[in-house]
Amino acid sequence: MSSHVDRAGAASKPEGSPGLRSGRRALGDIQARYGALIALAVLLVFNVAVTPHFLSIQTLTVNLTQICTIVIVGIGMTFVIGTGGIDLSVGSLMAIAGAFAPIFFTGTLLPGAPVWVDVACGVVFPMLLVGVLGLFNGWLVSSFRIQPIIATLILFIAGRGIAQVWTNGNTQVFDVPEFQALALGRVAGIPFQVWIMLALVAIAAWVLHKTAFGRQVLAVGGNEPAARLSGIPVRRVKCIVYAISGLCSGLAGLIVIAMNAASDAGQVGRGMELDAIAAVAVGGTLLSGGRATVIGTLIGATTIQLVRYTLLANGVPDAAALIAKAAIIVLAVWLQRQRRA
Amino acid sequence: MTSMRHISGSSIGIFLALVALMLLGSLRYDGFLTEFNILSVLRYNSMFALIGLGMCFVIMTGGIDLSVGSVAALASVVSAMLSPWGLMAGLLGGVAAGLAAGVLSGFIIVRLKIVPFIATLAVMLAASGAALLLAHNQSVAVSYDTAFTELGQGNLLESLEPDWVANGTNWFTSALDIVFAFPTPAWIALAANLVGIVVLNFRGFGRHVLAVGGGEEAARLMGLPAGRVIFIVYVISGGLAGLAGVILAAQFGAGQPTEGVGWELFAIASVVVGGTLLTGGRGTVVGTLAGVLVLGLIFTILNFENGMGWISLSAYWQSVVRGAILFVVVVLQSRLDAPETT
Repeated sequence: MSSHVDRAGAASKPEGSPGLRSGRRALGDIQARYGALIALAVLLVFNVAVTPHFLSIQTLTVNLTQICTIVIVGIGMTFVIGTGGIDLSVGSLMAIAGAFAPIFFTGTLLPGAPVWVDVACGVVFPMLLVGVLGLFNGWLVSSFRIQPIIATLILFIAGRGIAQVWTNGNTQVFDVPEFQALALGRVAGIPFQVWIMLALVAIAAWVLHKTAFGRQVLAVGGNEPAARLSGIPVRRVKCIVYAISGLCSGLAGLIVIAMNAASDAGQVGRGMELDAIAAVAVGGTLLSGGRATVIGTLIGATTIQLVRYTLLANGVPDAAALIAKAAIIVLAVWLQRQRRA
Repeated sequence: MTSMRHISGSSIGIFLALVALMLLGSLRYDGFLTEFNILSVLRYNSMFALIGLGMCFVIMTGGIDLSVGSVAALASVVSAMLSPWGLMAGLLGGVAAGLAAGVLSGFIIVRLKIVPFIATLAVMLAASGAALLLAHNQSVAVSYDTAFTELGQGNLLESLEPDWVANGTNWFTSALDIVFAFPTPAWIALAANLVGIVVLNFRGFGRHVLAVGGGEEAARLMGLPAGRVIFIVYVISGGLAGLAGVILAAQFGAGQPTEGVGWELFAIASVVVGGTLLTGGRGTVVGTLAGVLVLGLIFTILNFENGMGWISLSAYWQSVVRGAILFVVVVLQSRLDAPETT
């Protein structure tokens, strides 16, 4: 992909006076760092003023549930993009996890086992499976040096096929409240999936910004040869980020089927790769790698969702909201570019 | 652009695969080499041949165009709405919608300097939104009063076919018969690809495309108008996606705002399987065409195999097989390229 556009842009930028430049940079810095946050604040104020019944627990819950799976997948995507990669297979991996989970917790595989064993297996084994598939992506990227977009295109195409072959294209309907609690259970009035999302965001932000592994991720994305020379295990780091992305996708897939009480391999996670990438980009993570923010991804997903909600709540058709979403993505990434130039 | 050996080296595999698939098909299944089967494969895959061609040029500059599927959907809606005013109105309207989307992509990439992946992702969303708005969230029937549907369902030379060919019974007349029965969309795709081959290999623009993909900075320093070249390839890709959308509407009798999902990734897979480097700087139009046909034939062969009754593989297997083919191709390519790229 062309990071070359950036370099060319930076090279042709005229030199200004140092004071002016640093002033401009500071302003740009604020735009880029807090741009999404400011947009979010504006949206909130607008909604409080205009949209009826905006300040209600109902509205909060609806919006948070909408972004939950996008943010969870976006966390893994943030790590992958932090290394300069991309993961197109997330939606298909969600479908695989969603397709395989029901055989465990509907009790067909382990007849007679207590429910909690079934549910635990239904969560753990599908996630392990897609974690391994994530490792497969990482293996292709790191050992064969296949470009991430192509390497993950393989499972994007084949993955949903595998899920559909497994279920023969049928929707699996189930009624297992213990499993569905994953999405529908509430703690302090907030759906359990939202707590999972917030916990994962906190953990991932800590890992990315405070641990050696996080610094290695950004070092690989910032300058791979330099990272290799300084002794960072580049291959291992890449394998791990794709595995993380796989695990996050698996969890998101389980949440989706828990929410629907049904698993349709043709629908679970469809288009998720683009939603997640959009959230990551709007949040301020550089698509060329080297700079990443998990909190930004949360803010990015929230902003995109809130724009859609604002438009829908005020009578704008969903199709027009798509166009607005496109404009936001371009605007957000353009503003961030202004800072780097 | 380093040498011709490269180009033939990495795309020879796809031609071998194509020949192998056709041999397998013709030896194993009775109806495989029939006129009906050949023509329906060509008729359906002509849309992908157009999109693959545009994608091939985009990828040769080191970019990517995710918008082609929803641009085709938008164009199918536009052309269906214009079809009551005749074939030309529908055709030009659809292509114009595609060109407009391409201009938008090119503008965002070249002027706003946003990476192609994000820029075309945004255009994809916008085109999809525009298609749904125009069509009021449902498919738009085309007019059957005009010649519009000929673009998708017609056979360009059918009326010219002499009687001795139509009535002939030997292999020569049946081969000629196929030419006269060749579907109009396949002619369009064939013509577009021939133009693509000429432009890539014999025109300055083709060399510019490869030079920009090989190293934009270097191309710029050599005085090539890199920005303009990049802009133009996205306009081309948009226009071809528009053309594919027109064929879609004409072939299925309706403009379909929700069609085209995943086409972009299918096109990218065809380009890669065909031997074009995703990093840009090297590519082949013929390879891409072969890639489209190989990935398209998988579906046909699966159908025939099920028809034999030995096995019963659901249609879902086709994506598994396509993924496996992509896997084999890219792993082989990485092995072949390894000494040079490291």
